[in-house]
Amino acid sequence: MALLSNFRTLCLPSHGLASTEFVEERPKWDNKVQYMLTCIGFAVGIGNVWRFPYLCQIYGGGAFLIPYLIALVFEGLPLLYLELAIGQRLRKSSIGVWTSISPLLGGVGIGSMIVSFLVSMFYNTILAWVLWYLFHSFQEPLPWSYCPLNENLTGFNEECEKSTPVNYFWYRETLNITPNIETSGSLQWWLVVCLASAWSIVYICFIKGIDSVGKAVYVTTTFPYLVLTIFLVRGLTLPGATDGLAYLFTPDWEILKNPQVWLDAATQIFFSLSVAFGGLISFSSYNSERNDCERDAVLVGVINSATSLYASIPIFSILGFKARSAFNSCLERNILTLTNHFEFSDQNVTLENYDQWYNHLNEKFPDQVQNLNLRECDLQTFLDQVLASGTGLAFIVFTEAVIEMPGSQVWAVLFFVMLFSLGLSSMFGNLEGVITPIRELHLVPKMIPNELLSGILCLISFGVALIFSLGSGNYWVEVFNGYVGSVPLLIIAFFEIISVIYIRGMKTFSDDIYLMTGRRPNIYWKACWLVISPLMLLVVLVAYVIVQAQKHPTYPTWNPSYELFPQTEVKDYPDWVFAIIVLLSSVPVLSIPLVALVRLICSRVKRSSAAVDLNPYDNSTFQIEVQEQRNPKA
Amino acid sequence: MLERVILLLCVLPVLAAQNCRPNAPEGHKVRLSIKTALGDEAYDWNENELFLFQSTMAYAMRRLKGQQFTVSNIVVCNETPRVSFWFVVTSPQDPSQLVPKGEVEEAVRKSRNRINQAFMLSDSTLEFIGILPTLAAPVEPPTPTWLIVFGVVMGLVVAGIFILLMLSSVQKKRKKNKIADEEEEDEDEGTRVQTPENGSTRVDYYNNSFADDERFTHM
Repeated sequence: MALLSNFRTLCLPSHGLASTEFVEERPKWDNKVQYMLTCIGFAVGIGNVWRFPYLCQIYGGGAFLIPYLIALVFEGLPLLYLELAIGQRLRKSSIGVWTSISPLLGGVGIGSMIVSFLVSMFYNTILAWVLWYLFHSFQEPLPWSYCPLNENLTGFNEECEKSTPVNYFWYRETLNITPNIETSGSLQWWLVVCLASAWSIVYICFIKGIDSVGKAVYVTTTFPYLVLTIFLVRGLTLPGATDGLAYLFTPDWEILKNPQVWLDAATQIFFSLSVAFGGLISFSSYNSERNDCERDAVLVGVINSATSLYASIPIFSILGFKARSAFNSCLERNILTLTNHFEFSDQNVTLENYDQWYNHLNEKFPDQVQNLNLRECDLQTFLDQVLASGTGLAFIVFTEAVIEMPGSQVWAVLFFVMLFSLGLSSMFGNLEGVITPIRELHLVPKMIPNELLSGILCLISFGVALIFSLGSGNYWVEVFNGYVGSVPLLIIAFFEIISVIYIRGMKTFSDDIYLMTGRRPNIYWKACWLVISPLMLLVVLVAYVIVQAQKHPTYPTWNPSYELFPQTEVKDYPDWVFAIIVLLSSVPVLSIPLVALVRLICSRVKRSSAAVDLNPYDNSTFQIEVQEQRNPKA
Repeated sequence: MLERVILLLCVLPVLAAQNCRPNAPEGHKVRLSIKTALGDEAYDWNENELFLFQSTMAYAMRRLKGQQFTVSNIVVCNETPRVSFWFVVTSPQDPSQLVPKGEVEEAVRKSRNRINQAFMLSDSTLEFIGILPTLAAPVEPPTPTWLIVFGVVMGLVVAGIFILLMLSSVQKKRKKNKIADEEEEDEDEGTRVQTPENGSTRVDYYNNSFADDERFTHM
């Protein structure tokens, strides 16, 4: 008996979503532009700048665009349209929407909320690093361009000498990284300070919900495009830009036979569009009901991909410039060696006539030339060396390139402000996917104003994110990045599409869309939603899991006492970290069956306990009627 | 006697010249990269420039030891088109005696800046092989620059948060007061005299104190 009554109390608030109260207070976008900029800002993030160009290059340049565009058309756009449409129609956040379709599906929303929360924590840590570099970009000379002296001032710091000043600045002066993930190190106060600033900036933009976000996105979404254009002009005028662009876009059609390419294209599109986070559903729920969400979805999807492409041009021009500079330095070192050895006049051997001189000298004095140990300078090798993605691209490769450009401080400041804006607009979506569901779940009393709730959430996230400012923080960010933002999202998206199309029903959904846009979805959308997208998602999910499960997960570490230092030492994750990885991947997903189970048991309990209810003041028949009325709201 | 002096004078330069050769025990190699440093404004290396080098080295030795070194004490040999050459320093008292390598190094280190400036070159373009330049410590401002930028940004953000929170709480109070006022108006609507509104001021001929009493005394 006691058990049943306990279940009762668990079951009671489940339907009390108080839709009427919430609809009255529901915020609205000031205008369409704000809404579009917010969605675009959410979709366009740091990954468009530092992940897409890398993938484009390693998968055969121009040829990669084919699987990418196919994935966009058959997987990205349908999912995007689905989320925007369902949010706009049901006018609730992610939890409310899925619970409206069927109470058993509330777990999908809870999964989205958990994933958004975990992602926002490590994503803001990356923004904290960007802030750190931004603050340091005002220094003259740039701090990552020289090595500091060692203790007795006789030479340069040993770790810096063995690797490069840029690497040293990133690994030692920024992260103060430990040799492996088990060694936690201590809290780095400077990172804590930067993390606090990052969270404060996010809070001030989010303080009034979408009122303040809508104003902030005028800057945070448009500014990156301005900077990318400036970099485009600057990058294309640098020497070596054409090398980089040729390297990027030269198509290698053979690569299309490799299934890994298709998998990576599909996952890239999926993660790039930020679906399944719940933020897009919330954003579109603040629209008026008669908004053309089909056009919005297509626009957001196309702009996201176009931005990726547009960003890859300046990035690769600058990387080409960097490779060309490194190549020239290599040649100049050789020239100096030759000039000093053979006592030629200064500047007789130049970059242009180096090859002729080399061949000539090699013919005449082969032994002497061999003894000089001249380095092999190959432009292709240098181009391969500059290839990096993620934090390696932004904080190591790009910062090194910026040193060589005249007016380094300006370019560094511009670049890091651009990265910060890109990340900030994505953070809005992440936070939205956490705050609005919390409100809808009635986890906090209504008298707590939104400002306070956002503040408390930012504070809690900041507190938990302090893990990432430990010595081993970077390793943890990689863990979160690799395992939270991947498999759970795929599973949630799969359930989303199944819920809307099969549980709510294609017919009802078509009616919804007719109500909102004035026309029914055409055969392309229907085909994608019914068959192609779920199938693609399933295949991608299975393939992804298989690929991940094939090898024991490893991670690169920065260990100064490694014999092959400065190469990174690859180590296996210890078992306890592996357990945490499994936990991170499964907890968001487990909420789906868990909530379904709880709701099932609840409804059984209600039905069975109706007859034996001994509470004279509780008119349970009335209660059941009301519930049955509310249930088929789908 | 005279012949002996003449013989000695003839032999000495030869002796000195014999002491100056590549990889001489007390010799140093010097390498200049004028075109690299100065580009179009590069000067040609000729006897006059060499004379300048000898005089600056003599100056450096004088500065270190206080003895009267002259140009002839700096013996140069093995010039190449690179421009590089070897030199040895002879003692002013005894031209057959060479100044030890360590002292020459010390002299160069002490006056390195002046030697560089005489030729408009730097540590990397005027190289004394074997004498490493002392490393200049990078200039560190007393407050790290990044803290200043951070302070500015955080100051603005915190001020902004404060202002926005104040504004929103003031707005909420105003809304509450407005709602309370509207409720008051609904209660008193029947008894209030409507006077013509003259822009901003609205003269109320009703005796408010009486109305208040009515509200509070529910006897």
